Amino acid sequence: MNKGRWLALPALGWLIGFFFVPLLFVVVISLCSRGNYGEILYQFTLENYRRFFEPLYINILWDTIEMAAVTTALTFLLGYPLAYRIVRMNRSWQNVWLLMVMVPFWINFLIRSYAWVVILRSQGLLNTFLITAGFIDQPLNLLYNPAAVQLGMVYTHLPFMVLPVYVSLEQLDRRLLEASYDLGGTPWQTFRHVTLPLTLPGIVAGSILVFVSSLGMFVVPDIMGGAKSALIGNLIQNQFLSARDWPFGSALSILLTLFSLVLIFLYYRVVEAQKGKGGRQ
Amino acid sequence: MRGLRHHLLIAYSLAVLAFLYIPIVVLVLYSFNESRINAQWTGWTIKWYLSLLHNRQVLTALENSLLIGFISTAISTVMGTSVALALHRYRFRLQGAINSLIYLPILVPEIVMGLSLLVLFSQLALPLGKLTIIIAHITFCISFVVVIVTARLEGMGNELEEAAQDLGASPWQTFRYVTLPLISPGIIAGALLAFTLSIDDFVISFFVAGPNSTTLTLYIYGMVKRGISPEINALSAILIAVIVLLVVLVQWLQNKDRDDGSPRQMPF
Repeated sequence: MNKGRWLALPALGWLIGFFFVPLLFVVVISLCSRGNYGEILYQFTLENYRRFFEPLYINILWDTIEMAAVTTALTFLLGYPLAYRIVRMNRSWQNVWLLMVMVPFWINFLIRSYAWVVILRSQGLLNTFLITAGFIDQPLNLLYNPAAVQLGMVYTHLPFMVLPVYVSLEQLDRRLLEASYDLGGTPWQTFRHVTLPLTLPGIVAGSILVFVSSLGMFVVPDIMGGAKSALIGNLIQNQFLSARDWPFGSALSILLTLFSLVLIFLYYRVVEAQKGKGGRQ
Repeated sequence: MRGLRHHLLIAYSLAVLAFLYIPIVVLVLYSFNESRINAQWTGWTIKWYLSLLHNRQVLTALENSLLIGFISTAISTVMGTSVALALHRYRFRLQGAINSLIYLPILVPEIVMGLSLLVLFSQLALPLGKLTIIIAHITFCISFVVVIVTARLEGMGNELEEAAQDLGASPWQTFRYVTLPLISPGIIAGALLAFTLSIDDFVISFFVAGPNSTTLTLYIYGMVKRGISPEINALSAILIAVIVLLVVLVQWLQNKDRDDGSPRQMPF
């Protein structure tokens, strides 16, 4: 029967060849130097990692982290009440609403960002509407600025927040809410002291998902931010496709990957802890 | 007071849902708008859809996307299902490392996966094209197929397989007549997911595509970069329709025999 083990080999071999080995290449290249013509010189150095700490790049890192943090906060403010409402529906409505939240999530984010371009550009829907209605004479600059990128990021990541929060609200033991009411708690007090703390794992999980995914994003800034906005993702893309500085781009990618994996590891810890508590029995 | 809070919450939830759908609805509506540049509505038309039918570049991109989608789905489904079966049934040395190898592609940022494959292909001096895109797509699809098929395997007990063997079925017969039919909804869901991911992928394809292997999403990116044309709206509307259809189908397959209140599968 042990013959069956060989079934695992093609996929494992494939992933070693086309996932693991390429990542190793990136690690090696991140330690190499760049030649004058963009070629890779196998002279090992930590220069690429050091360079990351130059003010120019550190500022891009801060911008990226700030963008990701604001995205996380806004998705929470939009997503939590939505998830809270969904949990209070009956089972079949819950399924319908969840599917409605998931569907945009599956539509290519290129198309979703582009949909916002159609709305926000100077001859777009919103400006046309405002001009026709007589609120403004000149089209507003709604697109190609950091706020537009922020909007696109929130829009793209909202489902990442709703779904984990939903799962954790769904597991909440409703008897605890009843107990709180029996003890004279107002709805707000119950929410503040029972619901919110008990769904914290879901909030943390959603936040990490949104945050990590925002970090590596380059298409939304590319389409909605114009040339003005650069996040780490755009920087990496540039190093590979325009600047031809693969060693520096590789170092940035390795840092991004490590940072993301650490956060995702924390995510799993949170999810495990949530499972451990058991939720509703 | 309670009623007011209730209504506010409903209004807020509907507003958030509207936020999710308004851009999509606008895009689809505009694909039927007569006017070429203005946001004003000048009448219904399907001419943008018709002009897509005569656009050679779009048709080639669609052909590329479908070809790449079918090949990577077929290969990743077979490999993903086999490895899920093997890992479910047998214990391995380095089980933890093997599991990480299988699940990491889902977790590593897409941009990093794309550029690491670009690095590999350039080191191998493999010209970028359909082949490199297919290789890339198989790589990320395998992991998703494994997740879906494993979920199905874990939801099914060993009793039926053991019963079949007690009745004298060979391992192959057991697999063919018992295991395979039982996990086939999982395999189909996994294949549909792989196909959706392949058709939908932009970031990874962006790095490993050559000049003659433009897929639909790459083509849309090019169009968006060049400026607005109602044809992009029409093309996007078609893609939205296809994706919605596939998502609903996958959901339906996954929930088909799992309405017992067991934890819902988290979508990725």
